[in-house]
Amino acid sequence: MDVLVCVKRVPATGGTIPLTPDGTDVDTRNLGFTIGPHEECAVEEAAQIVEHHGGSATVLTVGPPQADEQLRYAMSMGIQHGVRVGTQEGETAPEATAAAIVQAVRTLESEHRRFDLMLFGTESADAGNAQVGIRVAHSLARPIVGGIKGIELHPEDATARLRRELPEGIEVYEVPLPAAVGVREGINLPRYPPVTGRLRAKRAQIRTIEPELEPGGLRRLRLRPPPEAAQDPVVLGHGAEAAKPVVDKLTELGMV
Amino acid sequence: MLLTLVETTDGSIAAGSGAALAHTRELAEALGAAVGAVAFTSAPGLGEDLAAYGVSQLYVIEHAECAEYAPERWGEALAQLLRDSQPGGVIAAATDRGNEVMAHAAARSGLPLATNCLTVSIGDSAASAPWSLTRQRGGGVLLEDAELTAPIKLVTVLSGAAGAAEQPAAEASSGVEVHTVTPRFDDEPEPSRIVDRTAGTTGVTLATAPVVVSGGRGLGSAEAFGMLDELAELLGGAVGCSRVATNDGWRPHSDQVGLTGTKIAPELYIACGISGATQHWVGCRDARRILAINTDPQAPIMTRATYAVIGDVHEVVPAIIAEIRRRRAG
Repeated sequence: MDVLVCVKRVPATGGTIPLTPDGTDVDTRNLGFTIGPHEECAVEEAAQIVEHHGGSATVLTVGPPQADEQLRYAMSMGIQHGVRVGTQEGETAPEATAAAIVQAVRTLESEHRRFDLMLFGTESADAGNAQVGIRVAHSLARPIVGGIKGIELHPEDATARLRRELPEGIEVYEVPLPAAVGVREGINLPRYPPVTGRLRAKRAQIRTIEPELEPGGLRRLRLRPPPEAAQDPVVLGHGAEAAKPVVDKLTELGMV
Repeated sequence: MLLTLVETTDGSIAAGSGAALAHTRELAEALGAAVGAVAFTSAPGLGEDLAAYGVSQLYVIEHAECAEYAPERWGEALAQLLRDSQPGGVIAAATDRGNEVMAHAAARSGLPLATNCLTVSIGDSAASAPWSLTRQRGGGVLLEDAELTAPIKLVTVLSGAAGAAEQPAAEASSGVEVHTVTPRFDDEPEPSRIVDRTAGTTGVTLATAPVVVSGGRGLGSAEAFGMLDELAELLGGAVGCSRVATNDGWRPHSDQVGLTGTKIAPELYIACGISGATQHWVGCRDARRILAINTDPQAPIMTRATYAVIGDVHEVVPAIIAEIRRRRAG
């Protein structure tokens, strides 16, 4: 199995998110960076697939040189190869991101062999446009299903079974390989990178590909925090003594 | 014409599609355009239901391969309808399916797509003019004001969002003209297809429970969730957890409340030993009331809760359980 997993460098935000003075971007000067939870699970899944089925895994990102940090993190989790598709600092539109990935995949596949499986996060942790994987899969004429929390590979007949959990129940999809998958957190528990993995990733070569990017049709004007009603909580009590006032309140609400 | 992509449950309009229909009608009025809808079912009565939202044109997509949900097929069918009918825009609910089908259609049509929008408005009624919209980023951690420029605007809207009402409009259309559309998939690659489907669990679920009792880092172990199970049962509610509890293997991911878990809106949310980081907050902030139990009065959840108890969950929760039992016995 040859697996490609795509990740995005996103700010690691805590409670409140600082914005630049002009409000067009997140002020990242005092923030660390990470990859989103869905994508971290996609990386873990790629590592596990190669451990079980053989082959190799490649992690790809579209971003500035600093995004090498996220590639190396994924490599420390057990991914063999890293590819960065270069862009300037700042966010690219989903159409442009998808086009860049498609160009890079065509380049990689022309030199090596086809990826049996391409993994994406269902949506990125910051912009959450929820469409890059679908655009890439369509351009490369591969099936894709998103929101997947289980992948079962059947290399013998070149198919995969994908499990999606919805409020209404569970759906199982069958796709012919090569295919793409939008992974959702919960598919696995990502490992903490072992020391050996971190040492290997630190020394690893990262390939860069420079694509031509075009602007998309959705133009960001500004970011702002959601309005929040200020609220002073009513303190019902301290420790076990709070039980009586709590149950009084629950009774008042008709819940006991 | 503007179109709404209508999702249906057992032949009726699905909950989230109400908001999409209301948005479409509002935008169509501003543009002086007709209100249309596209559905993948020809359920009897659907036309009448849609007329109540002001819909005058209904496109029903009929094809054996579209009878069951199929992401690529539905997206391709929608893209073909866009080519043939050239609407000014399509609005869908920002559900898993709505976002997925619209992204497939956008990819196939070479169009941009704005997902998870809260408000959509038209500045200038010229068809080529951009639409102004506000969308959620990171599950609602940030709002993004943006401008969408495209010959056909594709937008998904969140339900329950401030703005458009989800009820049918005051004035129903005088009747719905139904067009049956048969897509062609001759040149299409083999798609994904559903091979198995299991109905969800019946009874109280995390997403619909009136009371949710949730635990986080402060619980300290999987065993400590036993008392939350007990409290939830006494209150007829469900048990949830924070991402820490999932990552530590104390609870399955399906119990997780938050950005990457389930978003809930219960009458009462009882947060036990949860600090309330953004990742968690965006999943529970729609709760009508929040009772937070935490040792740290400065924890983010404590400053956003309706009621607070300052103390160790291991002491407070058993005391609440005992008090409820005492009163019920008495």
